[in-house]
Amino acid sequence: MSATNTVSDRAQEIVDEFSLFNDWMGRYEYLIELGDDIPQLPDDHKTDENYVHGCQSDVWIRADFDDEDRVLHFQGDSNAKITKGLAALVIRVVDQQPPGAVADADFEFLDEIGLQEHLSSQRNNGLRAMIEEMRARARTHDS
Amino acid sequence: MGGGGRLASVLSPTHTLMPVTTSPPTAASAFDVEAFRADFPALQQDVYEDTPLVYLDNAATSQKPTAVIDRLDQFYRRENSNVHRGVHRLSQDATDAYESARESLARFVNADRTEEIIFTRGTTEGLNLVASTFGKMTVEAGDEILLTEMEHHSNIVPWQMLAEEVGAEIRVLPVTDRGELRMDELGDYLTPDTALVAVTHVSNTLGTINPVEALIDAAHAQDVPVVVDGAQSAPHMPVDVQALDADFFVFSGHKVFGPTGIGILYGKHEHLTAMPPYQGGGDMIDQVSFDGTTYDDPPHKFEAGTPNIADVVGLGTAVEYVMDLDWDAVQAHEDDVLAYATEQVEALEGVRIVGTAPEKTSVLSFVFDDIHPYDAGTFLDRLGIAVRTGHHCTQPLLKRYGLPGTIRASFAAYNTREDVDRLVDGLKKVKQMLG
Repeated sequence: MSATNTVSDRAQEIVDEFSLFNDWMGRYEYLIELGDDIPQLPDDHKTDENYVHGCQSDVWIRADFDDEDRVLHFQGDSNAKITKGLAALVIRVVDQQPPGAVADADFEFLDEIGLQEHLSSQRNNGLRAMIEEMRARARTHDS
Repeated sequence: MGGGGRLASVLSPTHTLMPVTTSPPTAASAFDVEAFRADFPALQQDVYEDTPLVYLDNAATSQKPTAVIDRLDQFYRRENSNVHRGVHRLSQDATDAYESARESLARFVNADRTEEIIFTRGTTEGLNLVASTFGKMTVEAGDEILLTEMEHHSNIVPWQMLAEEVGAEIRVLPVTDRGELRMDELGDYLTPDTALVAVTHVSNTLGTINPVEALIDAAHAQDVPVVVDGAQSAPHMPVDVQALDADFFVFSGHKVFGPTGIGILYGKHEHLTAMPPYQGGGDMIDQVSFDGTTYDDPPHKFEAGTPNIADVVGLGTAVEYVMDLDWDAVQAHEDDVLAYATEQVEALEGVRIVGTAPEKTSVLSFVFDDIHPYDAGTFLDRLGIAVRTGHHCTQPLLKRYGLPGTIRASFAAYNTREDVDRLVDGLKKVKQMLG
């Protein structure tokens, strides 16, 4: 992840990338591309434990804690492309971060890239649920 | 409008067999959709700054005409007061407006008596009311409640709660692959143990118009009462509860161009009289003392507390507005838009229509082979096209078809072939971007 390694650095990087598109279609195309680029979650990781409830599509978030480096590693998947793109975005900012940074992560950058409508709770895309899930996992290791 | 004529034309088996020689609608009877559309301010707006709205989520809720909006405004500006108790001028005006709305609703469903109309918060509350009162009175341990596989959750869950409470069993009449009720199997499901039948008039997910008349006849042949969920039929066809001989008929005002949070329960007077009250409180009593309380007669027995007066009045205006329409012409228009949409969407590659019953109204559910409904719905939304995606509160039905959800376009009388063209263009873009 080069030199940009804090949550806010990575968020800024995403904002910069999205600023290259001046219409929603371009932004969505890029979002889907980002989703396509993250690895698919193996089927044996698509467990009830990793399943994120409250979405119209199926969403899974898996968190692994690296004891040595004291960081969290996240993987995610969805059968809907927009949802998977959103998962890719939030994973990108918090992956390999210490639990404290994940728990306190600010996702306001979604506002800046014109995807804020997905944060409203009634969109049922699970973005909020995904974020809550990641924070909850982080809190169990944040001591 | 008023009654039997319209219903017969809808439910008659010859409904679709229009003779080829029928002359085209005359100017007097043709439905002027552009003029009608102009009555709905919300349809005139752009979304996402500069994209004209195409509103195709009418099975969820319809937009409101100026007549209804103005009526609500006038009520709050001039008549607002509590009903039934005040001696003062405003209270009398509000009571008159409230009770005259009840008369409009009685005419709208062709009830025998105005007292057979109970105001509720909507379809869901109507069904819960019947389950909690009439249901508890009628269904006993070991009895069966017959539902169908295409019911909305609101016509499933209240009956499950009742069944659990009294120790009854839920039976479910299945549907065919095309989305019709398996009427041929009715004999296996309507048994000597059946105590009550609850069925939707029109499927909110498939658009199927169910043969409720035949179902009611079969149930009544063995003295089983029938509750009809009219949430999706009331907006699209004349309702005649007497011709149907429904024991109960419920619908929501907000799908019939009326306000949200208001609907009605129609119940046969003999049932309403025999049923215990639903909620206790003011406005539903005859005499109250700490030794005991006697209840008012229907409908007031079922309308405890200060009712949703303004929205009742608004709903009265909405159904008057609907009754003023030439329904033969409106239905011809709605049938044309649905047929056109079906043909256009069917022609898209990789798209499959869910629900292909011969008798349908104003709902077109479909799926892409390889695009999640949520993705498609999100893109359509950005193109200004409002559809619903998901399970439409009919999870058992979606499970029956092995689908996680569908994309549902649902039409109202103000929708046009141009709206369908916008939808189809949108679907082509969705395919380009996501397929």
